[in-house]
Amino acid sequence: MSVLAASQNLPGFGNQPLWIVLIKVLGVFVFLVVMTLFAIVFERKVVGRMQNRIGPNRVGPWGTLQSLADGLKLAFKEEIIPVLADKPVYFLAPILSAVPAFLAFSVIPFGPEVSLFGHRTPLQLTDLPVGVLVVFACSSLGVYGIVLSGWASGSTYPLLGALRSAAQMISYEVAMGLSMVAVFLFADTMSTSGIVAAQYHTWNILPLFVSFAIYAIAVVGETNRAPFDLAEAESELVGGFHTEYSSFKFAMFFLAEYINMVTVSALATTLFLGGWHAPWGVHAIWHGANSGWFPVVWFVAKIIAIIFVFVWLRGTLPRLRYDQFMHLGWKVLIPVNLVWILAVTTIHVLRDRNWPAWQATALPLVLLLFLVVLPALVMWEGTSARRRAERDEDDEAEALLTPTFPTPPMDLVVPTTKRLATASVRRTRRPPELRDGEDSDG
Amino acid sequence: MSAVGFAAGELTNGQVPLGEAVAFWILGPISLAGAIGMVLLRNAVHCALSLVATMMSLGMFYLIEQGPFLGLVQIIVYTGAIMILFLFVLMLIGRDASDSIIETLRGQRWAAALFGVGFALLVALSVGRAFKGSKPADLNTTETNAGGQNVNSIAALLFTKYLFAFELTSALLIIAAVGAMVLAHVERDGPKPTQKSIARERIRSGRPQPLPGPGVLSSGNSIGTPALLPDGSISHESVMASTPGLRELPAANHSANADDIR
Repeated sequence: MSVLAASQNLPGFGNQPLWIVLIKVLGVFVFLVVMTLFAIVFERKVVGRMQNRIGPNRVGPWGTLQSLADGLKLAFKEEIIPVLADKPVYFLAPILSAVPAFLAFSVIPFGPEVSLFGHRTPLQLTDLPVGVLVVFACSSLGVYGIVLSGWASGSTYPLLGALRSAAQMISYEVAMGLSMVAVFLFADTMSTSGIVAAQYHTWNILPLFVSFAIYAIAVVGETNRAPFDLAEAESELVGGFHTEYSSFKFAMFFLAEYINMVTVSALATTLFLGGWHAPWGVHAIWHGANSGWFPVVWFVAKIIAIIFVFVWLRGTLPRLRYDQFMHLGWKVLIPVNLVWILAVTTIHVLRDRNWPAWQATALPLVLLLFLVVLPALVMWEGTSARRRAERDEDDEAEALLTPTFPTPPMDLVVPTTKRLATASVRRTRRPPELRDGEDSDG
Repeated sequence: MSAVGFAAGELTNGQVPLGEAVAFWILGPISLAGAIGMVLLRNAVHCALSLVATMMSLGMFYLIEQGPFLGLVQIIVYTGAIMILFLFVLMLIGRDASDSIIETLRGQRWAAALFGVGFALLVALSVGRAFKGSKPADLNTTETNAGGQNVNSIAALLFTKYLFAFELTSALLIIAAVGAMVLAHVERDGPKPTQKSIARERIRSGRPQPLPGPGVLSSGNSIGTPALLPDGSISHESVMASTPGLRELPAANHSANADDIR
């Protein structure tokens, strides 16, 4: 870490004493582990409520220690390694999955400058001029854990899960990266602390709502969460990439998944929801809301709100089909994003040339509406009308064919007369008839 | 606290800051080992992983040399995207596909080793002579790099002086991508089957249900067809109670549940 701290050149981060850096490292680690334990119980409780259940309620007060008990149990379970596994890679994969997940949090700002044992220091482990790219690099390294675990298991389902996951994460990384570009343009910097500082008056979610929506969709795909959890689709691939993992190695995958969830929530908070700034109104009533240690409360509250949405999605939506998922990523999110970035850049350039604010904003948006959005809508309308006509034609053609499968008449009355009842008994009674190949006696 | 002194003081190793020296001596061997492993390992996936280690070390080197943007882009693009695609292909060719160790050309390995060592010597000598006598500079305070201006400086160069080369490179990549798509493209004969058309085909085929599992001899697919027990008698439990005529089924040997059904 001291290497990183020395190599960056942002004010406030280069000259931290080593012991403060170590305290911060410990703090981030503990925060992530506790958040994982919390998120698992939280998810089970919330999903339980959504399904009219109570959720875990045995261990600890209101079942809050359930994930701690599960984690301890998991660590002591028997470790099973498949004979066909590629040992070195099999051992490496969970580590490659967990380490980047922890690493990504090193550039997330928790709060403003605070006093720590008499030192003024920002509540953030480190920052770089390209801070957000660190998170991005870590998420792209996390793919290795999944891909290698699937390959090294020497089994079919994990391999399929790994292939799916590789394709999925690379596709959605593009959409995710593009959705950050508008934020960089708006804040004029890529450092996380700079982006938070730029949102002092207005949170980015208001001017950049399109980017926020795309980011929110893309990170669900990026973290392999439902409804985009195709890499571990239990109804198709058993457990996906971690099918052959057990004991502590499985726990590391589990840990990595939840930490990734926390990380993308924290990044969404940093990029779009004002970071550690207090929600609107609070600052007007109470001026101390944005200084000292209090911002940590706002920051964590925002993270938990986003995690709630993750859980909500999981409790509500069915899993997408793979081709629909890829269609959404490549043919919807990325084109929309590119057009949006074009508009944001135009606004930015016009403002730099001293145009009045409303003209600089309205002109690109109106042009966008007439040149891109309306033609796209007209084309889409035409396509869907044509498709509807084709479908109706198809249905009519289908109705003319004689049915091959025994379909009951629409006005079917269940036979209750004695004659019919005995007739059906006579048919079912004779065992030889069961082997005769008479298909349709239902 | 000695840690305070350790961090606050300007520790150096010769003319180089100590942190940089330590990082170099850790990352240097790793990148070299990765490069050698990439050549020597037999399994294709292991080779790819060694290359990943080298690329990661290079990215860290860029970071240390005050090029944070270049370093992270190296990690994102090369290890995060390109090597993943490599792995993607390698995974599909099978796990046990290893290189053959039989030489097809005689003496090829020795010649390759000789040329490799020669090339390494040539590069080391020329680079060593080129930088002999030049003084190390503090990159953190140079005009283009100070105060977090690294990204802006790169952008300024890329979009002014090197714009043409940059656009040319992207055109090359797009041509390659389009070429690959054209080569791999297959013209469809009819319209693409939809979920609905596939379901219809299945109904039309006369057997909408999946084939019975191996070892099952079933001739009927009706809900009213009862299952047969090993002795050939009818299993009462296999038919729903509401099925017409169930009442009259012959009593089975173990008709303990017969009353429950009624």
